[in-house]
Amino acid sequence: MAIITMREAISQALWEEMERDERVFILGEEVGVWGGTYAVTKGFYDRFGPERVRDTPIAEGVIVGAANGAAMAGLKPVAELMTINFAFMAMDQIVNHSAKLRSMFGGQFTVPIVIRAVSGGGRQLGATHSQTPDVIFAHFPGLKVIAPGTPQDAKGLLKSAIRGEDPVMFIEHATLYQARGEVAEGEVLEPIGVSKVQRPGRDVTIVTYSKMLQTSLQAAERLAQDGIEAEVIDLRTLRPLDMDPVIESFKKTNRAVIAEEGWRSYGIGAEVAARIYEAALDYVDAPVQRVAQKEVPLPYNRELEQMALPQVDDVVKAVREVL
Amino acid sequence: MEPKELLRLYHEMVLIRRVEERAAELYQQGKIGGFLHLYIGQEAVGSGLVSARMPQDRVITAYRDHGIAIACGMSARSVMAELLGKATGCSKGMGGSMHLADVNLNFWGGHAIVGAHLPLASGLALADKYRGSDAATICLFGDGATNIGYFHEALNLSKVWSLPVLWVCENNQYGMGTAVERASAVSQIRQKAEGYGMPNARVDGMDVLAVRKAAEDALAHVRKNGPFLLEAMTYRFRGHSMGDPERYRGSDEVRRWQEDDPIGIFRKVLLERGEHDAAALDGEDQRVEAEVQDAVTFAEQSPNPAPETLFGSEFVDRVR
Repeated sequence: MAIITMREAISQALWEEMERDERVFILGEEVGVWGGTYAVTKGFYDRFGPERVRDTPIAEGVIVGAANGAAMAGLKPVAELMTINFAFMAMDQIVNHSAKLRSMFGGQFTVPIVIRAVSGGGRQLGATHSQTPDVIFAHFPGLKVIAPGTPQDAKGLLKSAIRGEDPVMFIEHATLYQARGEVAEGEVLEPIGVSKVQRPGRDVTIVTYSKMLQTSLQAAERLAQDGIEAEVIDLRTLRPLDMDPVIESFKKTNRAVIAEEGWRSYGIGAEVAARIYEAALDYVDAPVQRVAQKEVPLPYNRELEQMALPQVDDVVKAVREVL
Repeated sequence: MEPKELLRLYHEMVLIRRVEERAAELYQQGKIGGFLHLYIGQEAVGSGLVSARMPQDRVITAYRDHGIAIACGMSARSVMAELLGKATGCSKGMGGSMHLADVNLNFWGGHAIVGAHLPLASGLALADKYRGSDAATICLFGDGATNIGYFHEALNLSKVWSLPVLWVCENNQYGMGTAVERASAVSQIRQKAEGYGMPNARVDGMDVLAVRKAAEDALAHVRKNGPFLLEAMTYRFRGHSMGDPERYRGSDEVRRWQEDDPIGIFRKVLLERGEHDAAALDGEDQRVEAEVQDAVTFAEQSPNPAPETLFGSEFVDRVR
């Protein structure tokens, strides 16, 4: 086991897959000479050269579009979007093309594209650069959506995504790059579409993913001081969504809190809660609680921004509600 | 050009025309659903262009795609079955009129979001360049597509990266019902390439041999020097799609263009050349009739896609 940062984990995954498969290449804004705006691809340009680490114009439509085309023709592009907010500029390519081309043409070709996008608030970047719109991308059949919360999962899931034949939206949280965690030695591959118990417990089920996994684990630590053992389940993949560990846990705890960083309305919490009620209504001892972002565009001011984002306290409070 | 190849081109253009005329009838009978955009009047562009390609060259187009599919070698059966939504269609009944493709013929579709396939063309060409292949990608689009951001993003990138793409604007004078002058700041679409330092040309899109020659020259440039924009001046004789009230143009204008029927022009050229007489061309017409009838019968008798194809195919890779 090595302890590395999320940034190192993602970087290692890309590096190893580029070493392994010549079809894999990176394209995006400032991925090459600059070394990546989040320094994920630092050193790649020197090692792999300008053909495989391609700096693009600031033009998200053609970044994802060209990646889709290259994927149709059998390459394995990894398109980097500087922030997920810019993915809206490429929304048509993502939802009308990445997600649909294979099935719409009767499976004549695959579209093995990985779109890396940086999501999340909390860095005082104002309303347009601070969104956590992950759930939107999970709405579309045909597109896998991965959002890891630990370095091990980031590395293992990104490698699986690159090796697969399906289009993948790989969402990295901007404030997690420095987060550290244990990553196994050797080949690290994590299965896509499998939720994971990140902390076992018996009293309440907390369902979460990405940055809110870290928040939820902190909340669980605090609750443990009062003798409350929360089971924390990390969805890791938003589509396809694996509810099995969630339902299994819920049948044991009979209580659930869903914690996400995006807005509550039509969110992950709504989907997961509905599925819990569908699958385990007889086990419900308290209404499922949702922790999410306040329903406002995020402000610049630090205090206000933090007030709008879900915090450890909010998770703790929600757990006390269901107990 | 070889007399045999000329006759093949003639056959192909007539086949495109008749397949579409039958498709219009089947649409009126309710046997074809969704949208149906006819290529009638524009056959010389597709046939001229595609006849100039090498087998390794990829072709990609917009939703007015039946003619391009046939020019790429797709059988009338495969087209007709897809129009009827059958399992034997080129896209197994999953795509319909706007989404014909056969990657084995290097025909990469029929794409229905205006302008969106231009970035895809950049990517196809990038893949060929990446692998060191000498293949080019021919990307067709309408005049309407040149006003959307994708056009500019894709042309710019193709020039910056020197991608082997032949951009072909089929200027049929109207984006749906809006005349070029009412939608585009410049009425000569080829001028837009100048902004990217991209060589360009304009060709009479009603003359199949002129298109072929222009395409040969352009493809030679593309293989050697990168992207090129070719503007083919053409006209669609039918509405934008079935059910177009055509309030935006007069019947005089349509009639005037129909006098320049690309098939009629080519037929005259062939007769003047003297290698084929009228009887030979009529023979081709009859062969086409039989081919189209066979295609309709085949499509009507083909099975629908099995219900189970609807499920279990969201992803390629097994989950868990």
